[in-house]
Amino acid sequence: MSQLSERPDSAVVGQTVRHESAALHVTGRALYTDDLHPRTKDVLHAWPVQAPHAHARVTDLRAQPAYAVPGVVRVLTAQDVPGLNDAGTKHDEPLFPSEVCFHGHAVCWVLAETLEAARRGALAVEVDYEPLPSVITLVEAIEAGSFQGAQPTVARGDARVGLERSSHVFHGEVEMAGQEHFYLETQAALAVVEDDGRLFVQSSTQHPSETQEIVAQVLGVHNHEVTVQCLRMGGGFGGKEMQPHGYAAIAALGARLTGRPVRLRLNRTQDLTMSGKRHGFHARWRVGFDDDGHLQALEATLTSDGGWSLDLSEPVLARALCHVDNNYFIPDIRVTGRVARTHKTSQTAFRGFGGPQGMLVIEDILGRCAPLLGIEAHELRRRNFYEDGQSTPYGQVITQAERLHRAWDQVAADADLDGRRSAISQFNATHEHVKRAVAMTPVKFGISFNLTAFNQAGALVHVYKDGSVLVNHGGTEMGQGLHTKMLQVAATALGVPLANVRLAPTRTDKVPNTSATAASSGADLNGGAVKDACEQIRGRLALVAAQRLGVPAPDVRFLDGVVTGLGTDESLAWADLVHSAYFARTQLFSAGYYRTEGLHWDSTVMRGSPFKYFAHGVAATEVEVDGFTGAHRTLRVDIVHDVGDSLSPLVDIGQIEGAFVQGAGWLTLEDLRWDTSDGEHRGRLATASASTYKLPSFSEMPEVLNVSLLARAHEEGAVYGSKAVGEPPLMLAFAVREALRQACAAFGPQGTSVDLASPATPEAVFWALEGARSGHDRDGDVEPCEGPTPPEADQASPQRLPESEAALHHLSGA
Amino acid sequence: MTLQPVAQGEASLTVNGSPVPLGASITPHTTTLDWLRDRGLTGSKEGCAEGECGACAVMVARPGSPGTTATEWVSLNSCLVPVAALDGQEVVTSEGLGTPDRLHPVQQELADRGGSQCGYCTPGFVCSMAAEFYRAGRTPTHGEDAEEAAARDLEPERDHGSNGFDLHALSGNLCRCTGYRPIRDAAYALGLPEDSDPFAERRQSAPAPPMRTHVVADGAELVRPLDLAEAVQLLAAHPDAVLLAGSTDVGVDLNLKGLRPTLLVAVDRLPELRDLHVGADEVRIGAGLTLTEVERGLGGRVPMLAQLFPLFASRLIRNGATLGGNLGTASPIGDCAPALLALEASLVLAGPEGDRVVPLADYFTGYRVSLRRPDELIREIHIPLPLAPIAAFHKVAKRRFDDISGVAVAVALEVVEGTVTRARIGLGGVATTPIRALRTEAALEGTRWDREGVHTAAAVLAQEGTPLTDHRATADYRRAMLGQSLLKLYAEQTAAGSAAQDDEQGGER
Repeated sequence: MSQLSERPDSAVVGQTVRHESAALHVTGRALYTDDLHPRTKDVLHAWPVQAPHAHARVTDLRAQPAYAVPGVVRVLTAQDVPGLNDAGTKHDEPLFPSEVCFHGHAVCWVLAETLEAARRGALAVEVDYEPLPSVITLVEAIEAGSFQGAQPTVARGDARVGLERSSHVFHGEVEMAGQEHFYLETQAALAVVEDDGRLFVQSSTQHPSETQEIVAQVLGVHNHEVTVQCLRMGGGFGGKEMQPHGYAAIAALGARLTGRPVRLRLNRTQDLTMSGKRHGFHARWRVGFDDDGHLQALEATLTSDGGWSLDLSEPVLARALCHVDNNYFIPDIRVTGRVARTHKTSQTAFRGFGGPQGMLVIEDILGRCAPLLGIEAHELRRRNFYEDGQSTPYGQVITQAERLHRAWDQVAADADLDGRRSAISQFNATHEHVKRAVAMTPVKFGISFNLTAFNQAGALVHVYKDGSVLVNHGGTEMGQGLHTKMLQVAATALGVPLANVRLAPTRTDKVPNTSATAASSGADLNGGAVKDACEQIRGRLALVAAQRLGVPAPDVRFLDGVVTGLGTDESLAWADLVHSAYFARTQLFSAGYYRTEGLHWDSTVMRGSPFKYFAHGVAATEVEVDGFTGAHRTLRVDIVHDVGDSLSPLVDIGQIEGAFVQGAGWLTLEDLRWDTSDGEHRGRLATASASTYKLPSFSEMPEVLNVSLLARAHEEGAVYGSKAVGEPPLMLAFAVREALRQACAAFGPQGTSVDLASPATPEAVFWALEGARSGHDRDGDVEPCEGPTPPEADQASPQRLPESEAALHHLSGA
Repeated sequence: MTLQPVAQGEASLTVNGSPVPLGASITPHTTTLDWLRDRGLTGSKEGCAEGECGACAVMVARPGSPGTTATEWVSLNSCLVPVAALDGQEVVTSEGLGTPDRLHPVQQELADRGGSQCGYCTPGFVCSMAAEFYRAGRTPTHGEDAEEAAARDLEPERDHGSNGFDLHALSGNLCRCTGYRPIRDAAYALGLPEDSDPFAERRQSAPAPPMRTHVVADGAELVRPLDLAEAVQLLAAHPDAVLLAGSTDVGVDLNLKGLRPTLLVAVDRLPELRDLHVGADEVRIGAGLTLTEVERGLGGRVPMLAQLFPLFASRLIRNGATLGGNLGTASPIGDCAPALLALEASLVLAGPEGDRVVPLADYFTGYRVSLRRPDELIREIHIPLPLAPIAAFHKVAKRRFDDISGVAVAVALEVVEGTVTRARIGLGGVATTPIRALRTEAALEGTRWDREGVHTAAAVLAQEGTPLTDHRATADYRRAMLGQSLLKLYAEQTAAGSAAQDDEQGGER
């Protein structure tokens, strides 16, 4: 057990406690960024002027008419920017663009006394556009060669040779849609000018330090002139990692120019049409198996839809390439990736960060090939699991293979999969119009930022004279329970009751140069830093206690607010000790720091050990599909997930369940549609509201949902033996998609391979089961798809599935 | 204008027990949500501004169902309702239900069970859940074995807790964090309100009566007349007036489309629009009753509507939306229209010259236009009795709760000795208006109700209307669903007929 991971007896970490803000949430007292403006005087409100073209040059912009609207105070344009007119770190995101790059792109902003006046002012601004040709779909981008950024390859061995060696080779393609974050709280910022001209910006941001840097960049000032605070977020999911910066910069610029507080909150339509989303991906692949179904080789090209600017598309793609293997050993492999540039919102981080898209490729392959190999899908998956000592395609050695074997067997046993599979066959045999299926899928997800430098964190812990403790750290709270865990870490490290510790909101003037709260790393990194700070303080207090108790300092123990020494019956109350320590002139506060050891990654060759460890999980899902409509229900879900030694079980189970449902939403319901026609609305998001973009509601909740945390799961490499949990369980939802595929197949003859669109909406499922029902292309007796990438699978066309299924061609062994 | 303007300062709302003047800064278009938040009550949130997410939900005191309590706590989307339309009424927000030191039972359960993660949707869930907590008709099914309850495969019971909690009460609230399981557990763990509970006690006395309201600001007016005559007079004088009932449609226009009607006339509390009567030869439903009131008032006596209501938007919407409003917008996808077409309903339109009765089949004249003249309003909906013995409402949408139909099909059939003697079919989502499937009706009548006859008719039904491709569904899928709906009904009917032998799996749904 490492010093980092060792957990004292009776630790506060590991206890089931409710979210630290739960009582504030339920009573409506928890404050979010946009709750602040009614409590602030003389606030101006901001409204954007959004372009009605996917791609156009701004030839003229006349702000003057807006000033005729009562209440309008200022129109912000590019001319007002004192610093750099750019909202990103890649310098490809002009804050006030002269070239419109997506439908809804904001060309300028209006500030007014009321939101209504700002809205009317924005309507009055006159903008002339010269429309330009646009690229909307991934396939258009591929055909036009419209790419941006690096085109990395992860490779091991010789995939060509491996495919030649394989006795069964299949190829095909898959396209998966993106996903809207739909955090319930839209992007928001409130900027105030301080007495000396410094800016105080409250922002709903996962990355306060970068928000600070971008605000400073736009204003042309140093970072120490800008402070960013994030009270809490009403959901983030990656959508507030890079996206908030520009909105914070607009508010800050407005405040700087007018001297008044400026509030900016996007309404839902603005948020949907302006902010980035999960990347949709397209993949073409060739795969080889031996006669026993062991994977031999994989060749694949993944193309992500990056939208108009680079944003985080490169690291998202890198993570996708590093997760194409999921938990399967593929000896010879070559996977290449590229980022398409399209005239859409700039796609960005979203829980899983490319991992889900990479994994979907291999799960789709296994789900489609299993019937053609004559092996049950769950058996095919299990047969290809990693063993310890094998390495991933990018060279990281597998050391915890046993955990997934164990989780898999536990799910199979606890959920009585054998029994239920035979019950399902019976059910299907007696039900012509309704079919059920159960599927099992694993998750192996790498934890750490791929970019090594981001794997560091800081904390600032104060112990006040009365013994109360205040914790600051660099991580932000977006509902994931990070603050709750950090309170538990601090209470454990100091040996005080949880009630002694409070958390202060995340601010850049407390902990500088922080990494984004992202990559599931919030608890690992900030927990390490909080623990370090607390241990420094405890070490100093131990010296004071040693004197009072008459024992050597290493023999002093801190537990639950009582300080004892080995070999003495005397004890001290925590508050007593703190009080006397102050008078003994002891430093009662400390800055903590943590960096993850043992990482290395060479992005030029895409090799190394970028991850501290892998998080694991297994899900089994049973679904029921209505053959008349394609409507489907999730009847039962069983999950065993590896969170290490849990820091906070209620929080961890909440993360697992929430991620699963969000993943199921991405895969089965959430349906982003853009206008791809050549009409006047080309490029417009057709699902730009909550009434057209549907996320899971109560009706999508699994009727039975059993979640267990994997036992004997201590993690040496993380704080108090825990593991990250934010992202990995999202990918457990592949079990839903694979169960739907199997249920569709049950409408057809034995051995039917089903090509299922993603998302598997009722309509997509209906066409898939219709294909199975009519026995379409079961033998794959069609021409192989060679040459350039086939035309985009048009989700609007019901013809898609049979055609696409034709691409799954049995090249040999027939 | 016949009304005397009332001094604006007199308009007020009781918020969390205290009267608060609406104030001079409101306009007829100011939403209740914005008004609450501007007063520092920021617990209620804006998540979508169109009544889809429920983050803005509040409780409002409304008349109870006949035979229950005088007042019922009803959850509403505060983002949709102009605050002036609530003049004189009583609103409770999450802040008013409890405090961190004294949590309300609903708040306690949600907090303890991990029902909040980011917390942004939580105050809305609290209000929706509290309204259901106080519902007079909520009766626990004590002593029922939990496994037995879970094993029951019956649709209407599926979404209920053993404490009588109807999960549909939360169908208009979205949570992006939890996956809902802990919220459901919290809902199902609730007991009954204590006798001393002030919100439970409040139900025993009547809600405030409707006020005559007149708010003028920003070049627009909101008027609440007190009777039908006044309302009709207003409409006659102002052809551009927009009728306001639950504001579930107007609110979306205000928030998302930026519409600013110059005259809003609130009609939802006109006594002449609030009758519900089941007679010997017809059912009469007041156009101003909310769908929840109709649902509870009918109590399953019109099975077609009983199938429809749980699929119609969400409880938060049904608590505001009215039949009159749903038909008044003449939307091609309003779910009530296909059902009422199959039921051969007619409308009573009230105008300056009195009432006239219009068959619903003649009412829709084009995309969002109807026979209703600007000086008329829908007063009542009549459904002739007896009802056809077979009734089915099929809605195809991406999501089971709270979604807009891709296709809606309502079928009312009479089958005598194996032959269809009468068929009435209403369709939504396949033409510019809701339509009757006349060719399919003709094909069915006189045909054997068997697999072959149904398949032939299904092929005809699949060719009805002129469905389009949009973000909800493709034209091909819509056509396929028309045909499949009849096949599904047939399968359900035959399964129901043989259900006695098939008790093991409960038959197909």
